[in-house]
Amino acid sequence: MKKSLARRIGLPPVLRNASLLIGAALTLTIVGLAVFAPLVATHDLTQMDMTNRFSGPSAAHLLGTDNFGRDLWSRLVYGARISLSISLIAVTASALIGTVVGLVAGYFGGWVDMVLMRITDIFLGFPPLVLVLAIVAVMGPGLFNVALSLVVVSWTEYARVVRSTTLSLRERNYVQAAQALGASSPRILFREILPNSLGPITVLASLGLGTAIIWESALSFLGFGLPPPAPTWGWSLSYGTRFIRDEPWMSIISGAAIMVTVLGFNLLGDGLRDVLDPRRLTRGKG
Amino acid sequence: MLDDAMAPPPAPLLSVRGLKVHFPIRQGVFQRQVGAVRAVDGVSFDIGRAETLGLVGESGCGKSTTGLALTGLVPLTDGEVTFDGARVGSETGRDLARFRQRMQIVFQDPFSSLNPRQRVRDILRAPLEIHRIGTTAERREAVFAMMNRVGLRPDQAENYPHQFSGGQRQRIGIARALMLNPDVIICDEPVSALDVSVQAQILNLLEDLQDELGVAFLFISHDLGVVEHISNRVAVMYLGKIVEMARREALFAAPAHPYSELLLGSTPSLDPRRRHRFSAGFEDVPSATAKPSGCAFRTRCPLADERCRAEEPALSPRADGRLLACHHR
Repeated sequence: MKKSLARRIGLPPVLRNASLLIGAALTLTIVGLAVFAPLVATHDLTQMDMTNRFSGPSAAHLLGTDNFGRDLWSRLVYGARISLSISLIAVTASALIGTVVGLVAGYFGGWVDMVLMRITDIFLGFPPLVLVLAIVAVMGPGLFNVALSLVVVSWTEYARVVRSTTLSLRERNYVQAAQALGASSPRILFREILPNSLGPITVLASLGLGTAIIWESALSFLGFGLPPPAPTWGWSLSYGTRFIRDEPWMSIISGAAIMVTVLGFNLLGDGLRDVLDPRRLTRGKG
Repeated sequence: MLDDAMAPPPAPLLSVRGLKVHFPIRQGVFQRQVGAVRAVDGVSFDIGRAETLGLVGESGCGKSTTGLALTGLVPLTDGEVTFDGARVGSETGRDLARFRQRMQIVFQDPFSSLNPRQRVRDILRAPLEIHRIGTTAERREAVFAMMNRVGLRPDQAENYPHQFSGGQRQRIGIARALMLNPDVIICDEPVSALDVSVQAQILNLLEDLQDELGVAFLFISHDLGVVEHISNRVAVMYLGKIVEMARREALFAAPAHPYSELLLGSTPSLDPRRRHRFSAGFEDVPSATAKPSGCAFRTRCPLADERCRAEEPALSPRADGRLLACHHR
């Protein structure tokens, strides 16, 4: 069999995963831009130049200007901060809540499972868009409120997935062996079961980061996101559609930013799922 | 009288009386109990120190459930388990923790019995961590010592389970069970998933460990050859009950219960003259939810008559010291 280039030059297995590499590169780039936004931004976010609207890329404006003549590149990198913080907060909180609920429901079963899963069903029963809009409408727009509203609609997914993997993992002999040794329930949950559920949780979380960015953009698009002049991607995309027949650039740039970021997270998730399996890390006999 | 025949002198280490494990069958919206799987239905036996009791029977006879119940992995429906003179069922908290240290289990499947995300050293260190035994350095030493004892190289401590063969994994499972220096190990078909040559290695390892450490085994298996090799005494189980229990030599030389006879007769033999004495098939095994009245084996027994239908034979001692539950033998 022909050896791949990566194998011939002796790269460690982790670095041979194309999804992981591309996903990590995209993600790191965007995170880097967000973190160093003040350094990479070329213009003041709110500096308008009505004589230079929809300018298109040029030396003065890397990605051109929007309908107010503001620099799109600068707004894009600052917008990454908003999108990334909202999605990180939302995904971390959802994953934590959902994982704990799923582990407890799946491991203890019985009435504990019944109660927790019915609560999950109640959350699932609401149409997510309506729920999110309602929460933001009641609590007011803002970074944390948007993130919170996303937690409310997305933790259930983690709970259900983790519960189902827990249900199958708790029947494994190594869990029974730990029980026979007298291990406490928390120890069994966090040492035996959780590490074996990390694959699906990681994949869900990385997909969730992408989904949260889309949600945030959708909320901004609908006017429920952070209020202007916050440089959210969703607002640019949404507002740009008013001029899309003559000047599509503004929407295309914001849409591309959303797409590339979501793609990056999804590739990263796929790659992580493969790499997190210890059977892939070490070449063994089995 | 019953105790005389069952108890190997001196006082037994583990004593089981009337062990029952029933699983309820629930149906309908209100989860009403409509019946029960009587997986283990009144089993009594003793195990002495450094002794091996073989527990044989066909699939579904309750032999594995017996082992799981003893280690507390399935709840007992009824019965009394006495461990070194102390009743186990009544123990709570710290007592139970101490008891757990003294009775461990080795599983059949060497692949699902080890957590794929833990290195060997973590797997073997866990028992010590759970029971807060030793310092970090002492635990490390104990892990290496145990790896040596079961025939693994200490430099394999950093490896993950998937890097080992089935036999090696079973050695890891045995090492884990031994970490707390238990008095009894329940071996639930420990070699059934292994190649024949590896089976022999593991059986020899178990025997060596018994000689060195004085640990007793409840050896659960459907493989009569393996049981004959390793056991001191053998109990034959059928549909949740022990139908015959005898010293190994006595049972294999002359099985008394018709079911023991059938089991032993079903082992393929290289000797063409050793014919099956009867061929009552293994097809029509009654289910553990609807057991026949009287003697559970009567539906397959060539000796069955009216008495077997009406009256369940008790497990009672015979002249040669064996325990037998049959009206006709």
